[in-house]
Amino acid sequence: MKNALSLIAVLSLFVVIGWDQSGARAADDVVKIGVLHSLTGTMAISETSLRDAVLMAVDEINSKGGVLGKKIEPVIVDPASNWDLFAEKAKELLQRDKVAVVFGCWTSVSRKSVLPVFEANNGLLFYPVQYEGEEMSKNIFYTGATPNQQLLPAAKYLMGPEGGNKKKFYLLGTDYVFPRTANKILKAYLLASGIPEANIVEEYTPFGHADYQTIVAKIKKFGQNGDAAVLSTINGDSNVPFYKEFANQGLTAHDIPIMAFSVAEDELRSMETKSLVGHLAAWNYFQSIDTPANKDFVARFKDYAVRKNLPGGASRVTDDPIEAAYFGVYVWKAAVEKAHSFDVDKVRDAVYGLEFDAPGGAKKMHAQSIAALPGIALGNHHTYKPVYIGKIQSDGQFQIIWHSDGLVEPEPYSKYVNPDADKIYERTVLSWYGK
Amino acid sequence: MNIRGWAAKIVLPLLVAMFCFAGTSELFSKSHAPTSLTFEAQAQDSLHPSTESGSSADEDSERGVAIFQATFAGISLASILILMASGLSIIFGLMGVINMAHGEFMMLGAFSCYVVNMAFKQFFPPQIFDFYWFVAIPVAFLVCAAIGAMCEALIIWRLYGRQLDSMLATWGIGLILIQAVRLTFGDTVALTPPSWFEGGWEITAGIVLPWNRIFIIAYSALCLGVLYWIIHHTRFGRILRATMQNREMASALGVNTKVIDRATFALGAGLAGLAGCAVVLVDKLNPQMGQGYIVDSFLVVVAGGVGKLFGIVVAGLGLGFLTKYLEPFLQAVYGKVFVLLAIVALIRWRPNGIFANRGRLAND
Repeated sequence: MKNALSLIAVLSLFVVIGWDQSGARAADDVVKIGVLHSLTGTMAISETSLRDAVLMAVDEINSKGGVLGKKIEPVIVDPASNWDLFAEKAKELLQRDKVAVVFGCWTSVSRKSVLPVFEANNGLLFYPVQYEGEEMSKNIFYTGATPNQQLLPAAKYLMGPEGGNKKKFYLLGTDYVFPRTANKILKAYLLASGIPEANIVEEYTPFGHADYQTIVAKIKKFGQNGDAAVLSTINGDSNVPFYKEFANQGLTAHDIPIMAFSVAEDELRSMETKSLVGHLAAWNYFQSIDTPANKDFVARFKDYAVRKNLPGGASRVTDDPIEAAYFGVYVWKAAVEKAHSFDVDKVRDAVYGLEFDAPGGAKKMHAQSIAALPGIALGNHHTYKPVYIGKIQSDGQFQIIWHSDGLVEPEPYSKYVNPDADKIYERTVLSWYGK
Repeated sequence: MNIRGWAAKIVLPLLVAMFCFAGTSELFSKSHAPTSLTFEAQAQDSLHPSTESGSSADEDSERGVAIFQATFAGISLASILILMASGLSIIFGLMGVINMAHGEFMMLGAFSCYVVNMAFKQFFPPQIFDFYWFVAIPVAFLVCAAIGAMCEALIIWRLYGRQLDSMLATWGIGLILIQAVRLTFGDTVALTPPSWFEGGWEITAGIVLPWNRIFIIAYSALCLGVLYWIIHHTRFGRILRATMQNREMASALGVNTKVIDRATFALGAGLAGLAGCAVVLVDKLNPQMGQGYIVDSFLVVVAGGVGKLFGIVVAGLGLGFLTKYLEPFLQAVYGKVFVLLAIVALIRWRPNGIFANRGRLAND
């Protein structure tokens, strides 16, 4: 009996050592990354697709040998659409799992909640969604659009001959930080473009608002002369009753076009498109971009969804945030390879000015050195992106009707609401270096 | 019926209506003094974008259009709320259970509608596709009633008389239903409304009443009519009222109150399912849709007085009008705040709702 026990003890010792060695060996040839997207709660509907895009990129990179000879091991956590939990999970990823980089967040409030965590732990976050700007962190790279890469070109388009020379604008949004800030910038821009204040209406609805009768009646009256457009930052599922009411009160995209900033292909999956056909959206990527590289990307994403048995399967679609989440992983990979290191400071320097091919076409990361810090690589952490305006089709896809000439430089601090926008950049990067 | 009861039933709503009307005509009038509050100023701009050019006759007709539209919108909003609240109210009235899962029963009704819609797309010729909605109504009622009865039989009856516990339990049931539907159907489903409900009836230039909303008002009125008939003119209704008024006495006279409880819960859940069929015509379809309606339905029940069908109609219309008359001036966000404040004031003034029970029935 005693012998048997000691035998077991010795065996288990071996097992533990063996385990440990295999663990140590594994740690040598893998690099951990964090995936911080809500998989439950209100934001799950949008953020799950971004997790899928990130994991697909990881899969592809691993099947081609990984990064610097190491396989990527994703650590997936679920912050459950809870802003405080975002910060906790970010801390866990950085301190316990010691991940090299994190891909995550959708809402601005979640990003604001993790920002101090990334700055305190010198972590690295790739944030893939268009947002309101007014932020620039040393520890975050923003692969989505800044206001001047989405909001302003769309407003300009509507004021031009192609967009119908619109003179009146109804800024309609859900009541939270992105629409409020976006509308502040849009309003300043419209005023600067010669639209009188009386021709701009700003209105907000609560989250989940479902009854748009009054607002649509107001819009109808507002646009009765055919020279008005709606700039919509309505978020999520409130769009369904809004577009339905709009169509049922007899309004069409021809009378009053709705330019949406938060409706992409993924959202259109859950809408009956009949009442939306002809309305517009502005993004930096559409699934319908007609290049071999993009067609291949769309096919691979659908195939990935089928192979991994994800809900939706082959009917899954790609859109702007999905593309941005996907190429974020490749930007990080390219930077790591350029720096020959996973060290955050070295990777950050390597990201500045990085040029890369994304599914929607070539893009590059911002870089701009300043005289006060000679020889130091710097940038505003945002991405040069093209701007597209698309018209909603009955199949839930967009027909691209306008695009910018090449890439548009990112301006996180809009000059329309920050008179000292140029100085903010210099001030911020100087503060990173304690000056 | 005593005189006091009639006075409360007729005079009070009249007063409320008059107050609403007086308040709104004041608000809609153009002589509205400019204020420092930006949202009011904005609302004025948006409502009267061409103030300088309009003559006084134009102004009058404009005001008329605005009031007419707000009235229609108010009735339309109210029709959905009333339908939701009626089920909630009978369950609360009979069993004292605050059914937090009521919104989820509505969601189940909406998804039953979706399933019927898909079945028609798949198995029936496209010519008769538009009729799916009429098939969906009984299906939604039966599905919701069955699931409601099941929940009652498994969980809720054990918690009668324990209001907090039953509230928590029904909330949990609601979460389970949301997640079950999410796992079955996912978050991204779209329903094709019947083609008759597209567009609207253009009364005069500028006023279009959407068909779907007109239809929902009629549908809701019909459902309420049937419910009224069931409660006041059938044997089941008589027993239901008897049990509601005095459970022990009804039981002593041979009424099986357990069966009545179960049937009533099923009826209430079924009514939520009927509301679901209406809601999908104007709103989104997703597992969380019920949560957007539950709070407003509770407000209607609380304001109207528990278990009072007539009270619910008045409170529902009151809430609908208040919301829609205020929205042009206060915007949706502030309008909501004001409505909630109004309800708080009402509860302070009449803690048991506009139509509270009186006399012997009041104490429970």
